Amino acid sequence: MEPVIAIAIGVLTGSGVWLVLRPRTFQVIVGLSLISYAVNLFIFSMGRLKVGAPTFTGGAGASALADPAPQALVLTAIVISFAMTALLLVVTIASRGLTGSDHVDGREDGL
Amino acid sequence: MSWTQHLILAPILLPMVVAGLMLVIDGRSGRITAALGVFSTFALLFIAIVLLAQASAGGAQSAVQVYQIGNWPSRLGIVLALDRLSAMMLALTALLATAAMVFSLARWHKAGSFFHPLFQVLLVGLNGAFLTGDLFNLFVFFEIMLAASYGLALHGSGHARVKAGLHYIAVNLVASSAFLIGVSLIYGATGSLNMADIASRIGDLDAHGAMLFRVGAAVLGVAFLVKAAIWPLGFWLPTTYAAAGPPVAAMFAIMTKVGVYAILRLGLLFTPDGQGNVLAASGLLLTGGLITIIYGMLGMLASQAMARLAGFSVLTSSGTLLAVMGAGNANVFSATLYYLVSSTLAIAAFFLLIELAERGRARADDVLAVTLEAYGIVYDEDSEDSREAGAAVPAILAILGIAFMACALLLSGLPPLSGFIAKFAMLDALLDQARNGPAPGSAWAAWLLVATLVVSGLATLIAMMRAGIRTFWPSFEREAPRVSMIELGPVLVLLALCVGLTIQAGPAMRFVRHTTEQLAERKLYMDAVLKKPVVTPQASAAHAPAAHAPALPAGARTPVPTPPKKGAAR
Repeated sequence: MEPVIAIAIGVLTGSGVWLVLRPRTFQVIVGLSLISYAVNLFIFSMGRLKVGAPTFTGGAGASALADPAPQALVLTAIVISFAMTALLLVVTIASRGLTGSDHVDGREDGL
Repeated sequence: MSWTQHLILAPILLPMVVAGLMLVIDGRSGRITAALGVFSTFALLFIAIVLLAQASAGGAQSAVQVYQIGNWPSRLGIVLALDRLSAMMLALTALLATAAMVFSLARWHKAGSFFHPLFQVLLVGLNGAFLTGDLFNLFVFFEIMLAASYGLALHGSGHARVKAGLHYIAVNLVASSAFLIGVSLIYGATGSLNMADIASRIGDLDAHGAMLFRVGAAVLGVAFLVKAAIWPLGFWLPTTYAAAGPPVAAMFAIMTKVGVYAILRLGLLFTPDGQGNVLAASGLLLTGGLITIIYGMLGMLASQAMARLAGFSVLTSSGTLLAVMGAGNANVFSATLYYLVSSTLAIAAFFLLIELAERGRARADDVLAVTLEAYGIVYDEDSEDSREAGAAVPAILAILGIAFMACALLLSGLPPLSGFIAKFAMLDALLDQARNGPAPGSAWAAWLLVATLVVSGLATLIAMMRAGIRTFWPSFEREAPRVSMIELGPVLVLLALCVGLTIQAGPAMRFVRHTTEQLAERKLYMDAVLKKPVVTPQASAAHAPAAHAPALPAGARTPVPTPPKKGAAR
């Protein structure tokens, strides 16, 4: 379980960083989305990984429960990153309309 | 509980409710919306002053006021905490907001839709970030603030704003990811998100947990430093601030200070006992701050447009704060806080002033001035104009000129205004440290910083004088800008506040010194938050469950049923 999660987070972050550094706005947006997915997984893993453990009920001792706090955090983080991505998309479309280019600097030189 | 105890909620709730109301009654800059916005900002100013009075009552021994939302015990619930530093930042925010709001009423609020709701939401985020005692809520309030600032940065639209806004948003989204990673690492290490609780648990982390915590704190620090625009992370700032509309830029003047505030708050709170100034430990803050000062200084010298000059002056101010915080011992902090207030007010006034001064000025003037300078051409029609120069200067230009001079004095730190007192206090504390410092390394750093501060003041002065000469002594005819009183008023009020800070420098300095003492005494903050009992209704006090009345002995660890790894912090 741990290696799978670790590799998934690593691959997502790596691809995300690479894409964010690309010159096209669309690539930047996809990169930011990938980074936010990686971050969400990472927050999950910080509550320690447990398979099939309930968060609230179960009757067992606290050690048998999964940590609910990171799950709440992830929900918040998902909502926020979703909203921010939508906002960035709008700005990107505005930029495309105003500059006629989808380059992050609004012009094509230096490519 | 009396109403004053609930007042701490108002800086967050009031703008939130007002923003919602504005959207319900159509927030597109109608009269009612504007009236609501003005009401809200002025009410916030009043509330902030009351809170400031509450927080500073009792001088050096003033208490930290804690509010448990939903009446949950501090470790489980969300807390708001008001100490002197928070109250000071709240008051500063409210002052800037009032000035920017009044200024915007002249015409800027009509430059695009939804100025007023966004402005209120920005205030929610700022006030919340200053008040919250919880790491994850700090993130949420940062995001609220940033989301509003994205909208405001684009307010008025146009090529330059959209281009700068795109960079600004992308950089800050990456920083937000870093913020989340830092928060979750700290949570993973300590099992808590409450700042005071985390601080109380640092001491007994095992080696593994301590490593995790340090990494988390470092990542979190990077996120704050992006907001504070330290050198390699701050290239987005001058373009964005220069492109933003003046009232928006004036509000943005405090947004870099939010990063500085978070570093100061968490840095001092998360210092294990008896380690001195943890911010100075690695020297990173000092180095980064020094390079930021130099970069901002070079940027100011290179700027042709005044708005860019102001953008770089934000960098210099931010760099000064970070470097001095990273160089000194606790004595330096009080001077730093004084500088923070003075420079924020001055920069906000400058951003507002620029638009007034450049109004009625053809766009080509800048270009012309550049070419004149580049080719060394002397404008030889001067001789004829000079005869008329004795004639009445339009009064508005004179007022703007004086205001500009005041800004120049404040930003470069020359007497007689508060910029000088701030710089003098910082230099004095640094020199004192250089002479009596414990380690030769810190003396060396102090000298380097003193030299950089002095040189940056000179560079600021040169840049400001050049911009001022170009704007106020044009060698060709210019029309006096048409400026209405509600635009000039806020600028003059902000500058008058700086004058007030100068005249009342003694009380102001005493206030920031007590603030620093309160910050250094981190036990005070931790105890106030962790030992705050939940409110029990008088009638049923006996029925209160035992878990809801944590009567812990001093410094007791949480009796969380699980080891820290399992969390259950909320």
